[in-house]
Order: sequence, then C-alpha cells, then structure tokens
Amino acid sequence: MKIRAAIFGVFALYLCASANAQVTPERLLNASKEPQNWLMYSGDYAGHRYSTLDQISVKNAAALVPKWAYQTMAGGKFETTPLVVDGILYGTGQDDRAFALDAKTGRPIWQYQRALPGDIRPCCGRVNRGLAILGDKLFMGTLDAHVIALDTKTGNVVWDATAVDYTKGYSFTLAPLVIKDLVLVGVSGGEYGIRGFIDAYDVATGERKWRFYTIPAPGEPGSETWEGESWKIGGSPAWITGTFDPETNTTFWTTGNPSPSNRGIGRAGDNLYSNSLLALEPETGKLKWYFQFTQHDEHDYDATQVPVMVDDGEKKLIAQANRNGFFYVVDRTNGKLILATNYAKVSWSKEKDANGRPVPAKEGSPTPEGNRVCPGAAGATNWMSPTYDPQTKLFYVTAREQCDVFSTAPQPYDAGHAYYGSAYFPNEDAEPFYGALRALDLKTGKAVWEWKHVSPTWSGVLSTAGGLVFTGDAEGNFIALDAKSGKALWHFQCGASVYSSPMTYAVDGKQFVVVAAGSTLYGFGMQ
Amino acid sequence: MKSQKTIWWRYGMRVVVCVLILIFCAKASCAQTKNPYTGDAKIAKIGEYQFRANCAFCHGLGARGGGRGPDLTRTPKKHGDSDAEIFGTINNGVAGTAMPPNGATQQGVGMTEEEIWQVVTYIRSVEKKSDASKMGNASHGKELFYGSASCGTCHMVNGKGGRLGPDLTGAASARSTEYLTESLRQPSKRLAQGISEAMKEFSQEYETANVTAADGTKYQGVVLNEDAFTVQILDTRESVHSWEKSSLKAFEKTRQSLMPAYDEKVLPEKDLQDLLAFLAANVAGGGK
Repeated sequence: MKIRAAIFGVFALYLCASANAQVTPERLLNASKEPQNWLMYSGDYAGHRYSTLDQISVKNAAALVPKWAYQTMAGGKFETTPLVVDGILYGTGQDDRAFALDAKTGRPIWQYQRALPGDIRPCCGRVNRGLAILGDKLFMGTLDAHVIALDTKTGNVVWDATAVDYTKGYSFTLAPLVIKDLVLVGVSGGEYGIRGFIDAYDVATGERKWRFYTIPAPGEPGSETWEGESWKIGGSPAWITGTFDPETNTTFWTTGNPSPSNRGIGRAGDNLYSNSLLALEPETGKLKWYFQFTQHDEHDYDATQVPVMVDDGEKKLIAQANRNGFFYVVDRTNGKLILATNYAKVSWSKEKDANGRPVPAKEGSPTPEGNRVCPGAAGATNWMSPTYDPQTKLFYVTAREQCDVFSTAPQPYDAGHAYYGSAYFPNEDAEPFYGALRALDLKTGKAVWEWKHVSPTWSGVLSTAGGLVFTGDAEGNFIALDAKSGKALWHFQCGASVYSSPMTYAVDGKQFVVVAAGSTLYGFGMQ
Repeated sequence: MKSQKTIWWRYGMRVVVCVLILIFCAKASCAQTKNPYTGDAKIAKIGEYQFRANCAFCHGLGARGGGRGPDLTRTPKKHGDSDAEIFGTINNGVAGTAMPPNGATQQGVGMTEEEIWQVVTYIRSVEKKSDASKMGNASHGKELFYGSASCGTCHMVNGKGGRLGPDLTGAASARSTEYLTESLRQPSKRLAQGISEAMKEFSQEYETANVTAADGTKYQGVVLNEDAFTVQILDTRESVHSWEKSSLKAFEKTRQSLMPAYDEKVLPEKDLQDLLAFLAANVAGGGK
C-alpha cells in the first residue's frame, strides 16, 4: 500500500508539475516527444511539421468535424501557425494581434493588439506568422520592427525591443525561434532596399546579443559580390523561421531576394548572402558556412522556405524545395550540395556549375518590354511550410505552376519607398495557372504523387503519424489526404482561401488539427 | 506605451475613436485637390516607375490596359476625370470593382500622396485624344447586339439581354478596345473573368463545362464557380446547378468558349466598330 501510495504521489506530482510546467530549453529540444503540444513554428527544431499523434488517421479522418472556431475580426491574410502548451493555444493575427485560447474550446483567455503606427511598410499584407515561447514569455516580431515579449498568462508586454527603424521599410512577419536563452528573428523588407539581418535577443531582458548582417560590409568576406555601394540597399531579408541542430550546435536560416528584386543592373556580382542557406553559431551569430541557391537573382526567388533537417542513414542533410523551382539537398555539416533537381517548371536556369548547382541563364534576365520566365514572381513555392514525414520518407511541398512576364526599369532608391526596379505580369499562356501538393522522394526529388489544386494555394502542409497530410486550398477547402497515395479522405469548406500552415495538438487525450482561413482559426477533431 | 491589452468594450471604444480620426484624416487629405506636378515630364517618368510597381499588373505596361484593368490612356475616365478625382480613385479604390484602395492589394505597397501625384502625372502624360471619326454608329450597334449578331442572347447591357455570358454594361470602360475586339474575334483566346472571391488570388473564368449527371442527363454551360470537390454551373437554359464532382458520371471542362468567334465574314469591321460604339455608349449605366 505504501509503495502504491508513494507511486501515486509521485505520479500526481508529475501531473501537477507537467500541467503547470513552463517551457524549458530542454522541452524545446525534445518537442517532438510531447506531441500533445506544439512548441514552435514548425513543431520541432528540425522543421518537420510532423506530429506523432495518430488518433486521427487514414481510418477515421472522414469523420472529422469542426470543434471550435475563433475569429480575429480582422481583414487580410491570416498566416499564423499557433503554439499549444499544456491546453492553451497561443496565436497571432492580422495587424499584430496575439491571443491565448483554451485549446479545448477555442474560447479566448486574453487578447493583445499592438498599437501600430500608421506609416508601417509591410510589403505583402499586415501579416504575422506566429510566436515563440520560453518560460512564461511569448515572443513576437512586429510590423513596426520591434521584438516583444508577452506574458503567457495575461498577454501583457514584458519587454519591447526596437530592432531597427521601420520607416526605412523594415518589418517582422515571421515567428521567432528560441534557442537556449536567445530569441532569434530575421527581418522582412526585400521590397524596400533594406540591408537584411538576423538578430538574437536575451529572452529575459530583450537586450540584443548579436546581429548577423546578411550582406557583408566592405572588407568582409563576400563583399566583393556587390557592385559599388549597392550592398547598403541590397535587401537579403530573412523572413522565415530557421531550424536548429543541437548535435552540431548550428542554426540554419534562409534569406530572400537581393534588391531591387527585378533589376540586376547596378548590383553586379553574386550578391551574397541573398537567396542563401546560412549555418550560424547560435550563441554568437558567427557564420559557419553558406550555400547560395540563386546567384544574382532578378526574379524575386527568395530562398525563404523552412530549411528542413533530414537524416538519411549516417548522412545529415538539409532539404529545401526552393521558390526558384529546384529541390535541393545539402549536407548540413558543411553546406556541400548533394542534389538539385526541379520539382516544378523552370526556365531561369538551363545548366549547372561544376558542383551541380543550377546557374542563371543570361536570356532569363528581365527586359524593358518583358520576358517570360518560369517560375513566375510568386515562385514554384513560397513561404508556406513543407512537411517531412519520417514514416513515408516523403517531403511534401505546395507547388505552383505559373510563369510570368518579368520586365525591368531603372528606379531611384528612396529610403522607405518600394524598390523593385520592375513590374511583372501574368503571361498569356492558354492554360490557367494551377497549384499542386507534391510528395517528393528525398533521394531523387521526383514527385511520387501530386494532388492538383484548382488554383495555386498559399497553404502549407502538415503530416501526422496517422498516415495523413493536411493542406488547404485557395478555394477555401481544408483537406486531409492519405500520405502514401495522395487520395483525399476528408475536406471542410472554410469559406476563405487558406494562407497558413496547419498544426496539430491534443488536450485530454483528444487530437485537434488547426488551420487559419479568412479571419477564422478552426479547430477540427473527431465527432 | 506602444501597446495595449484589450477588454472588448474598451477596444470597441478605441475603434470608434480610430474611425473618427480616420474620417478626419480622410477629409483632410481630400482637401488636397491640386496636382503639384502638372505637366512635369521628369515627374511623369518617376510616376512611370511607381505605375510599373503598383498599377501595371492590372493596367498593363504603358497604362494601355490588360485583361484585368481598363486602358488608362483613354479619356474621360469613368470614375472622374479631374486630377483630384483620379487621385481619389487611386487612393480610395473603386467600391464594387477590382480596383483596391491604395496599399490594400496585399501584393504591392501603399504609395505616399507624393507618389500618387506622380502616377497621376504619368497617366496624364500617356493619355490619347479619342478619335471621333473612328467611332462607329452606336444605334446600329444596338440593332446588331439584339438582332442579327445575337449578342443579347447571352449578354446583358443595362438589364436587357441574356445571362450566360458576362454583363457588358460598362465593359467598354473596364477593358481596352483591343481586348474587346479580341474577345469578339477570338473569344477562346482569353476567357472572361467571372466571380472574384475576397481572399482568392485568381478570379473564376468563363470556362465551358459538359456534364453528365448521375441520372444520365447531359448539361452544357459555363462554370460559375468551382473548388476541388464541387462545381456550380449555369447551363445554356440559364438554370443554376451545383454538384459534388464525385457524384457526376462525366465532368469535362474546356477553355473553348461557348461564344462563337465573330470573324470578318460574320461581323465586318464596320459592324464591329458599331458594336463597340454601342458598348461605349453604355459605360456609365446610362443607356442614354
């Protein structure tokens, strides 16, 4: 009896502790081992956006129903991937809202709305993709280029750090990444002639610990890849959340287009580190190595897709389906390219260099009157998250088949003003553009199956141990597909295009799947 | 304090205050009615850069219009032809059309007042005087529309006509002459756009659908809307149908328009000009 009571006591203690336990760096390292929670943007440090939850599976997915809905009452794109920690869901909304909901019912517990200045300059909507968490704080990057910490219990601002002057075109839209006692963010603003950077802030105080400029200054390695003074306004933002490999203590970040996005004249050279994969030391921001996907880009081919860590036997890899249409596999210990093969229609590159890296074709350069190039301006994919399912060993990515006509024109730089040097147009192809969810074989980069969308979607993808992949479409459907075959098993009409990447969690032993669409966050579960 | 924690009623109050401030600001900016750059060729050039970045996606390079937006080289402008009115159209958008308010396109960026005036100056610099001698005979165009050319079987102008094809009231101002001509001569080359949903990137197009229902009945019509699982169709008898795609025996979509091609034999150049003149006379919902 005594032993039994003791065991019960310990168990009860454990339960209480876990119910109130704060998120620690250790919990973040082992995020995939507590699948009832969703502790960071991509679910885990590897960027898999995969959950071992299997209560909802290929067998019962057809019986999914909406369990709750939460409305932000805001217009514009709703791009959040919420976090869930021990029964509480934390999300962000348009115009830098944040909220905590009871994850079981969708009922709000607190709501936060940042008082944004009237002259912020987000390029592509007043969007935010989510939060990071550690201890009793949530971290958020704002459209006026601050990094703030919110109290998990109240939504009160704990600290507020100014990263940079937003009037020059800087903003934050990504979900931050917490590594140990630092919160990492990358800046948006590739449309304004910014100088991009990745920052790390002390989680306790908001003090900035380091900044890595994604464009080297004169004298630094790589500065020779910029013509004249162009490095000062060369863009290279870093607007999607990175990943982290604790084994090698490396954080991986990806960067966006050089500015002006569609005009290479005036910035001759490879324009490092635009459109690159960066391997950084988390404590210092020191660059270990880089791999540039698109040199001297003139088509806005941001490499801002989550760099997904995958292991193939002994090989430690990063897989990325890039906006430029190629699927890349890179050795994550040294940045060496292993595979580059196109997963969508590509015309900007016709050949590869000695290392197998696709290089830009001269005839792909935008012209004053316009030049048809594939992928188009929105890319073969974009910021929406892919997923890697360790069960099927497939990499699922939202693809877009669209070519555009890229034109170019000289444009003077004016701080804080749009700086594209271009315009682009839909081409006159007879067939309409379309999108597809493609399941790529890691070894070959070839699609094993595809689910064709009526029109291209901005939804990301989630995979689960239930043998399912979830995605949304531009027509408003949220869809569960068989991860092996791509067969649709269930769908729900959300009433608005999906511009977010789904996630999953469980409360009281019941699994939920969540996606944002329109101004509504939906929680789905079993009847 | 840069931020605020909200209780709903308090938030509501703040919204009211914000709206009042916005209304005040909107009025204040409306007070600016004079283009500070009138006739300035250098500014027109700068305006062209702004135009490329913010407007050309729909209105085309050189403002000559495209499949999405009107030809802006023509005068007078449908939504007001003074500099101040054009400024207002750019800044506030046009309710009920695809023209969004400044900065609300989600793709582009908002322009400053100064930049909008640059665009106005640019548009003025590319305007062409309309050539009255080229204009066709609108009343003969009307006879053709509802008579021998049979346009009215499927198209409506000012509430009169069919519903299978796009309503053409105002089409002459919303589309360039080249686009309308192409639509007549080669209707399948670029299909007209149908419903646009608020958050959706692409409009539904006037695709042709051939359907065999579960009971074997065959239907032909235009696709009103479609998603991955369902389709909504207006058949040639103007009945609306909505089907689960999986319930259909056959569902085939083509980009071969249901509209016949009006080549020069069917519709000589002069008649075409008369039809265009009829459409042009019905741009402001007037039917005068």
